Amino acid sequence: MLAQQLVNALSLGSVYALFALGFTLVFGVLGVINLSHGAIFMLGSYVALMLVQKMAAPLWLALLAAMLAAGSIGLAVDFLVLRPLRARNAPHLAPMIATIGVAIMLTSLAQGLFGAENQRFPAGIIPEQSATFGNIQITAVQVGIVVISVLLMIVLLAVMRRTQIGRALRAIAESPKAAYLLGINVEGLFFLTSFTAAALGGAAGVLVGLSFNAISPFMGQPMLHKGIAVIILGGMGDIRGALIGGLFLGFAEVLTVAYLSSDVRDAVAFGLLFAILLIRPSGMFGKVLERKA
Amino acid sequence: MTSPNLCKKLPLLLAGASLIAASGLAAAADIKIGAAEALSGPAAKYGVPIRNGFTLAADEINAKGGINGNKLSLVVEDEQGKKEEAITVFKKLIFQDKVLMIFGPTLSNSAFAADPIASAAKVVVFGTSNTADGITAIGPQVFRNSVMESDVLPVTTKAAVKHFGLKKVAVIYGNDDAFTKNGYDVFKTALAAQQITVTDTETYAKGDVDFKAQLTKIKATNPDAIVCSCLAEEAANIILQTRTLGMKQPFIGGNGFNSPKLFEIARDAADNTIMGSPWSAENTAPANKAFIAAYKAKFNAEPDQFAAQAYDAMHIVATALKSVKLTGTLEQDREALRAALPATKVDGATGKFAFRHAPGKDGKESGYDADQDAIVNIAKGGKFVLLK
Repeated sequence: MLAQQLVNALSLGSVYALFALGFTLVFGVLGVINLSHGAIFMLGSYVALMLVQKMAAPLWLALLAAMLAAGSIGLAVDFLVLRPLRARNAPHLAPMIATIGVAIMLTSLAQGLFGAENQRFPAGIIPEQSATFGNIQITAVQVGIVVISVLLMIVLLAVMRRTQIGRALRAIAESPKAAYLLGINVEGLFFLTSFTAAALGGAAGVLVGLSFNAISPFMGQPMLHKGIAVIILGGMGDIRGALIGGLFLGFAEVLTVAYLSSDVRDAVAFGLLFAILLIRPSGMFGKVLERKA
Repeated sequence: MTSPNLCKKLPLLLAGASLIAASGLAAAADIKIGAAEALSGPAAKYGVPIRNGFTLAADEINAKGGINGNKLSLVVEDEQGKKEEAITVFKKLIFQDKVLMIFGPTLSNSAFAADPIASAAKVVVFGTSNTADGITAIGPQVFRNSVMESDVLPVTTKAAVKHFGLKKVAVIYGNDDAFTKNGYDVFKTALAAQQITVTDTETYAKGDVDFKAQLTKIKATNPDAIVCSCLAEEAANIILQTRTLGMKQPFIGGNGFNSPKLFEIARDAADNTIMGSPWSAENTAPANKAFIAAYKAKFNAEPDQFAAQAYDAMHIVATALKSVKLTGTLEQDREALRAALPATKVDGATGKFAFRHAPGKDGKESGYDADQDAIVNIAKGGKFVLLK
């Protein structure tokens, strides 16, 4: 049973990590907690569903298109909502509150377009294969989630560490003003970041839709709550932190169910999270907060 | 300068006006019926069929001449499946729209919050989808035609135990929802009464999509069947994930399973699921066949249990209203309807229906529950058929 539970935890944790990846990226670069990330995640899921349902698109194409569509929505949110607030030097909370509004709008829009019911990918689309190792069942979708999450994270880390764009982004994260003075195209990179983060959110939406058959306009909200916990735990804005934090939450939840009781799952998972924050107030990989001052 | 002519005519004009008003009242006053249902939000999948059921029944009644010549007029409000919203909407219907009575709200959770408002205002509140215990204990104005879980689930469990020869079962339920939690309590009592061993009890929270941790734990205890007090979409996901873990056990569920959604998501993975409900699409009684045909024609969709119960509820109220002499004084009419409802009997889409006085709490006067037989179904080839 333990082996199966570890597989369960790994796949659940990877979903949390993938969702948190885009979430933390926006915070790291733009310094904004983008609460519309859950809604964008949800829309990504619907874009893939519609392509598969109405146009019989293959899954890989649907995933790419969903990432592109989610990215574009993220870009639009940045352009229409976040940029005007940046231009006006709005206080810290303003973009966060504005994105709550965006999330409510997008959720209502999805409900109007697609209805309130849960939908699933048509039968036969989801790879149904599962491998059995002794007592353990691993499905193709579970493997896909873990592989895609890790892959996207490696790419993201490589870009941040090794490329000119990555260096520029890290410079912006230090201080947008200084970066601007150094001749970095700050606005352009903000747009790029918003696009990338939303595309990652869209990808997470597709994978969650595939593995849990629960595409609904409201699927973003619970994920958003977990996502916030994950990026706080991992250290706000830290990419490795999002992965480790996501996996941590997945393992904490699953192992609590396995060895204690499902009744206390969230209490234990979030209790542990709290305990870690007591020891490391800026999260596992968080940098010292004073630097921001 | 005033016209002397007008002065003379004024009293006549006034008298005439009042005559028209009086005759208008006697001829066809609309009977305003409020409906507070969840038309948006996650509970809309119940609320929308419920509203459709009301509309269908009211249109039928009006087409046949209404209630003693008076037309039924529905005032539908969206309570979003939220307690707070249900309270607001109830107040609007009672005090602003001045409706005769209220149907709703959709969820038991909301009923516990909003029904006391109606009861305090002495307005009949009629739930068509509230199955939790204790709702009708709120006051004598509270009625429902939704059969309670405590009546359905023991019958369901007994039928499943007999059908599969069950000895031990595992249980999974949502522990943060009045409906699923109450269903669990009833299952627990029923299983104990029938001396079925419970190998493991697991819970989940609203919004969960991954149940594999709980199911893996259940798998290790090797039960004969899994009892699931869940809503349709959670249930469908739980069933699918059970199958991906290589488990083949049949499921036993309550009212929450009774939705086409279960099969849209789980398809034939849900085969052999046993479900008890007050309504079945397979029931070939004339009233039910007529309802199904009319619903499909009007809404171009398959009706579900919630639509059927709403449809019947409107007919129950209409039947009661036919025996009431409406005076036009709101307080009196509201009380007259309350007095007429308990004795009302109909034979509708859900079969023969009567009210049963609910057990009171703390010596308070209580309302009325449904007195109706449950139908036990089994899933075969992606739909529920009657369990023989």
